[in-house]
Amino acid sequence: MSSDTRTAPAPQRAAKTSVTGAVSNYIDERTSISAVVKEFGRKIFPDHWSFMLGEVALYSFVVILISGSFLTFFFQASMAEVEYDGSWVPLKGLEMSAAMDSALNISFDIRGGLLMRQVHHWAALLFIASIGLHMLRIYFTGAFRKPRELNWVIGFILFILAMGEGFTGYSLPDDLLSGNGLRIIDGLIKGIPVVGTWISYLLFGGEFPGDQVIGRFYTLHILLLPAIIVALIALHLVFVVVHKHTQYPGPGKTNDNVVGYPILPVYAAKAGGFFFIVFGVIALMAAFFTINPIWNYGPYDPSPVSAGTQPDWYIGFADGALRLIPPGWEFVLWDRTWSFNIIVPLVVLGGFIVVVLLYPFFEAWVTGDKREHHLLDRPRNAPTRTAIGAAGVTFYASLWAAASSDIIATHFKMAMEHVIHILQFTTIVGPFIAFFIAKRICIALQKKDREIALHGYESGRIVRLPGGEYIEVHQQLDEYERWKLLNFNEYQPLMIRPNAAGKISSAQRVRASVSRWFFEDRIEPVTSKELERSSHH
Amino acid sequence: MATARKTDARRFRIKSANAARRTRSPRAARRSPLATVALIAIGLLFTGGAYAAFNASSSDSGAVAASQESVERGEKLFAANCATCHGLALQGTEAGPTLIGVGAAAVDFQVGTGRMPLQNQSPQAPVKPVQFTDSDVDALAAYVSSISPGPSVPDSEYLDAAGDATRGAELFRINCAMCHNVAGAGGALTEGKYAPALTGVTEKHIYEAMLTGPQNMPVFNDANLTPEDKRDIITSLKYLENNPSPGGFELGSLGPVAEGLFAWIFGLGAIIALAVWLTARAN
Ligand code: HEC
Ligand code: HEC
Repeated sequence: MSSDTRTAPAPQRAAKTSVTGAVSNYIDERTSISAVVKEFGRKIFPDHWSFMLGEVALYSFVVILISGSFLTFFFQASMAEVEYDGSWVPLKGLEMSAAMDSALNISFDIRGGLLMRQVHHWAALLFIASIGLHMLRIYFTGAFRKPRELNWVIGFILFILAMGEGFTGYSLPDDLLSGNGLRIIDGLIKGIPVVGTWISYLLFGGEFPGDQVIGRFYTLHILLLPAIIVALIALHLVFVVVHKHTQYPGPGKTNDNVVGYPILPVYAAKAGGFFFIVFGVIALMAAFFTINPIWNYGPYDPSPVSAGTQPDWYIGFADGALRLIPPGWEFVLWDRTWSFNIIVPLVVLGGFIVVVLLYPFFEAWVTGDKREHHLLDRPRNAPTRTAIGAAGVTFYASLWAAASSDIIATHFKMAMEHVIHILQFTTIVGPFIAFFIAKRICIALQKKDREIALHGYESGRIVRLPGGEYIEVHQQLDEYERWKLLNFNEYQPLMIRPNAAGKISSAQRVRASVSRWFFEDRIEPVTSKELERSSHH
Repeated sequence: MATARKTDARRFRIKSANAARRTRSPRAARRSPLATVALIAIGLLFTGGAYAAFNASSSDSGAVAASQESVERGEKLFAANCATCHGLALQGTEAGPTLIGVGAAAVDFQVGTGRMPLQNQSPQAPVKPVQFTDSDVDALAAYVSSISPGPSVPDSEYLDAAGDATRGAELFRINCAMCHNVAGAGGALTEGKYAPALTGVTEKHIYEAMLTGPQNMPVFNDANLTPEDKRDIITSLKYLENNPSPGGFELGSLGPVAEGLFAWIFGLGAIIALAVWLTARAN
């Protein structure tokens, strides 16, 4: 959109200007769009690389939509048996489903098809990875605090939906690898007590694998899930505009302003350029690196299973959880098999997802903080939150690594059993260790900041005093640098207060003790008095 | 004998040249010139390697049938290199199993891939640089099979990698992929053992592996997989090896784990590096 649009309304200007001017005037007179553009275009957007992770997700999604539309022209979501007669020799003459057949034809016999398949798949991996990293950024900087709690929830639901998109897409070609994956999902579902078998039959339209599931996944994959995702992304972005963007603390940046560039023209130009950068990186990956070579895997057939069968990375944590369960957690009671080897991971992962989803509300409850926060925290200034995050990351990463236990074993020349035992340890004990270490590191960093703010940094210049004494000269930071070290929120454990009836409820007690745990060791920000005292040195 | 070998060899060369042409044409339009060069180089390497293997195995069958001299040389080599573990009469010791009935194929495989002589205790005898010349290997094989016969080194007619790749790939998925991975990239077994990757293994050794079932690999005797089946399996493995993935670099054919790591480290890594650059530019 040109800047003319913004300033178009003056009629005499339209008269003497170009076609663009005339067109934009025409449009504006009928839609009053200039008001919107003006308002929106003046939005300020701060500049920091970590604020672009969400954009990476958005742009990858656009790439997914474009390449996916191409694929739908040629893909047949049918499990009808056909004989493959395309160009890939080692599969010629084999019976396979129409889905696999068409996916192979896209790969070998449709111009640009393989590139599009690879663009689509690489973009999908990047889409979910960038959402994950974006979420970590939001978490560790505390950007989920009021007023953005709901947007955290929306974002996290998007993450889950993206995994659903990924999994359904991964299954569509109906190759051996994805068929093995589906079989695992089928087993998971059947492991749910009482209703599992019913749900499985419902999903697959009968006994696994049946001849329904590809068609159903296709509907989910190209219709239902994308529609919900697009709607939620729109909502997510509306919230970003309404809340304005957060910013890192710095001189001149307050809770009531946003320092950065206006969307039009600077930010829009940058963002547009960035879209092409993301697209370019994906295109390069797709052009040079094979992804999901279904022609190696061959068509799905329930009997063979390949070594090294794994899901795409974002489902890895679930696969890993299954691999880490020790043998023998299954018994028969009341004429039914109770598969705790499946029920436990389902419950634990479900719990993990709920905890992440609701974390902002938990923290708000603990801190009792009802203020709006538009300035981000440096992770070290919220030690307990950062430590909880580190624990969560360790837990997730251990499960994730477990999904490649076999590859770790062969590539690091270890016994599979040892890999599993190590990962069982890091999954269960690792988070506690990570919590402890991360918290100590944060507090140590805060202490260092405090020290520097008060006494400056060691300059390395040694001076000999007239009396013969040696001292090292400490130099003060400049105002800008120092500012960052001084300003952060100070929290204290909540006090228990009696309610209106003069009683202390047990909920209050729990809250107070959680809050004490949250803030028990903390470093207080430097006060102005301390600062004044130090400057007299 | 000598002339027969030569005509065979010529036939083989023509065939592989045809094969190369056949596989190149349909996708030529999509390949960069560099890929063509690489393809030709790989093709040449393969033809050379296969030719050498072919030669070795055909001279081998000559040797097995042949001379007392070779057997005697084999006996000496065996006594010097193998008997400490396998016993002077192949009866086996604490340190190694008996070799009675394993046949020439097992010796050819174990020594020809460098697994034997075993050097140190590990969960599984690893592939090492081969320590004997071809004729020494033949002599050892001749000696072991002269004491107690067993499966012999396969006939070259099954090693031409010109069978039915489709059938071979199907057989491979059913019989081998659970250990070796569908693309032959290898996989983990229990207790530190593993099924190795199958790229770069000669046709003869693939055949012998099926025939003798080294260590944790099951034996696929001729009743399980006929020589024709084995030839098809070899064909499909060689097809995969000699036709670089149409999608580009294969990341070790390790499947989604490798792809995921690549997407995170290189894909997202590159994008973040560019984002840092883009935002740094402004200041
Ligand atoms: C350090 C001891 C050691 C030495 C030396 C050794 N081997 Fe072995 N060999 C073993 C062990 C242990 C096995 C069984 C496990 C295995 O296959 O890795 C074995 C297995 C074999 C087999 C496979 C047997 C079967 O059942 O298929 C053959 C054939 C063989 N060795 C031949 C040889 C030959 C020929 C030599 C001499 C060049 C040799 N070995 C030297 C220890 C040894
Ligand atoms: C139970 C798992 C298993 C199955 C099934 C299996 N293998 Fe193996 N294979 C192994 C193991 C383990 C080794 C390594 C043996 C050794 O190092 O001595 C091996 C080794 C080999 C080798 C030698 C590789 C080298 O680097 O020298 C070849 C070739 C081979 N297998 C081919 C096959 C084929 C073809 C099939 C199917 C017909 C098959 N294998 C089925 C486990 C298996």
